[in-house]
Amino acid sequence: MMVQTMDNYQPILLPGIPDLHKINVYEKHGGYQALRKALAITPEDIIEEVKRSGLRGRGGACFPTGLKWSFMPRDTDKPKYLCVNGDESEPGSFKDRQIFEFNPHLLIEGTVITSYAIGARVAYIYIRGEYEHWVRLMEKALADAYESGYVGEKMSGTLGTDFKVDIYVHRGAGAYICGEESSLMNSIEGKRGYPRVKPPFPAQNGLWGCPTTINNVETISNVPHIIRNGGDWYNQIGAEKHPGPLLIGVSGHVNKPGVYELPTGVLLTDVIYKYAGGVRGDKKIKCVIPGGSSMPPLRGDQIEGVRMDAESLREAGSAVGTAGVIVMDEDTDMVRVLTRITKFYKVESCGQCTPCREGTGWALKVLERIRRGEGRIEDLDLLVSIANNIEGNTVCALGDAAAWPIRHTITRFRDEFEEYIRKTSKLAAA
Amino acid sequence: MFTEEEHRKVQEIRSHYPTAQAAVMSVLHLYQDKYGYISFEGMQYVAELLEIPVEHVLGVVTFYEMYHDHPIGKFHLQVCTNVSCLLRDSDTVLETISKRLGIAPGETTDDGTFTVTEVECLGSCGTAPMMSVNKEYKENLTPEKINEIIDALLAS
Ligand SMILES: Cc1cc2nc3c(=O)[nH]c(=O)nc-3n(C[C@H](O)[C@H](O)[C@H](O)COP(=O)(O)O)c2cc1C
Ligand code: SF4
Ligand code: FES
Repeated sequence: MMVQTMDNYQPILLPGIPDLHKINVYEKHGGYQALRKALAITPEDIIEEVKRSGLRGRGGACFPTGLKWSFMPRDTDKPKYLCVNGDESEPGSFKDRQIFEFNPHLLIEGTVITSYAIGARVAYIYIRGEYEHWVRLMEKALADAYESGYVGEKMSGTLGTDFKVDIYVHRGAGAYICGEESSLMNSIEGKRGYPRVKPPFPAQNGLWGCPTTINNVETISNVPHIIRNGGDWYNQIGAEKHPGPLLIGVSGHVNKPGVYELPTGVLLTDVIYKYAGGVRGDKKIKCVIPGGSSMPPLRGDQIEGVRMDAESLREAGSAVGTAGVIVMDEDTDMVRVLTRITKFYKVESCGQCTPCREGTGWALKVLERIRRGEGRIEDLDLLVSIANNIEGNTVCALGDAAAWPIRHTITRFRDEFEEYIRKTSKLAAA
Repeated sequence: MFTEEEHRKVQEIRSHYPTAQAAVMSVLHLYQDKYGYISFEGMQYVAELLEIPVEHVLGVVTFYEMYHDHPIGKFHLQVCTNVSCLLRDSDTVLETISKRLGIAPGETTDDGTFTVTEVECLGSCGTAPMMSVNKEYKENLTPEKINEIIDALLAS
């Protein structure tokens, strides 16, 4: 098998084969062969292979996927469930949608293999409500997979296996918080999407109190490739500690926004200049958010040499998140950007925890005051302290997601905030 | 209220889950598709259909942004103003729409044809600025394109 390097990289999640969403085309290109291979080995072997691959979750936290699966109890009478997370509501993220549209059978094949590995007989693919068009595309692909006996009742006929899994699409109805895994489970149960206190963790006590695994759409779509070509093959793609292909969504002030499939470890500057066509009007970069709006923003002078993988981005002071790269040119008003981002978290906070509910509201008020020309320099320290009070003091990670942009935008763009206040506010002087 | 075919659809949805409560979101989508919004009577109907307390249905309708408990315009223009769209000038999108229809975000035209709202990221950041019109995504918007979209809606 050819060694994949940055320059000869051939996309495997979105390979650009015409009509790949059709089941016969998918089959013609080797589709559902990984499933046959998987069913011939034990669930434990599959988990070992995925561990060996080094695959880490693409939903934001980069958690090792094989390890997560190994938390599922083997000896239990309870039913087990798999939830595939396609809530995709993090601002700047639009990658899972491409899989629904262009490679739905890869996701279905990965879902069946994962269900077999963890022992789930039912899997739900959770898709955000606004993606109704993509819900229909997934439902069509699923119907075809049922018909061909890769899912459901007919599996024994097609695959000669006792193993059977049903896959259903569960459509959300507009709530960012439902992407958080415990909220997502409440939403599948038909409840308000409040996050649950952890522990207990989903592998012990998930959907309807049963063992449950939650993985992102892109994570699951890597699984058939790992089974087909082996964990060792996968492991040598991209960055050493965070290997594999990465769907990088580039938006904002670039010439060619879009989703680019590249190996992890690709230079952030290559993503922006080589693939996304550089900055509009050849302007300078003021700021890049590398992983969706929750991740700490980097200043334009902080991105040189930074690579799109968990380790490199952490060293740079940010995180890979959903790999939604948002590029802002030198004319961007950072006060406005932070105000808009903060408004998002205020609107989407479920309100369960006081620090998140009150903190996001308070931070937004202070930022709006600054935008109205009534800011004070002390407001900047106030904002940082509000962020510090939210972080780590809440039931779910939405609190941290709200706190990081506030703290890091203020500290990394402090000059601009101070100048804004001095220029616009009579109250500026401390 | 539901036709026989819709009742079959409800039964099918119900069969996907071990509890009736879990079917509520899909059944509410079905109901709203048919009636445009979910009145309290609608919530009672869905509750009876699934044999679950109406409080649960009410709780779900009020939690999720996409369910409307009152009528809205025939065409719902939802303009994303989150960060990637903001950077690609969603201001102009809102301005163009407001000028053309004479309403601000959150309002409905007097004849009940259009409702305009500002919404959060719709997962279309690479084709910003964008809006959704009822269920359809309209991407890479320009003032000309917006006016064409509105013309087409008025003619439909
Ligand atoms: C507020 C919030 C929103 C989230 N939204 C998503 C989402 O839309 N999609 C997703 O896959 N993970 C999302 N996550 C992360 C999930 O909780 C979970 O970690 C992930 O789905 C696990 O899958 P992975 O291990 O394959 O990455 C969100 C987390 C938080 C705190
Ligand atoms: S951190 Fe925010 S969103 Fe998460 S549970 Fe608490 S209030 Fe809800
Ligand atoms: S920010 Fe507008 S679609 Fe994502």
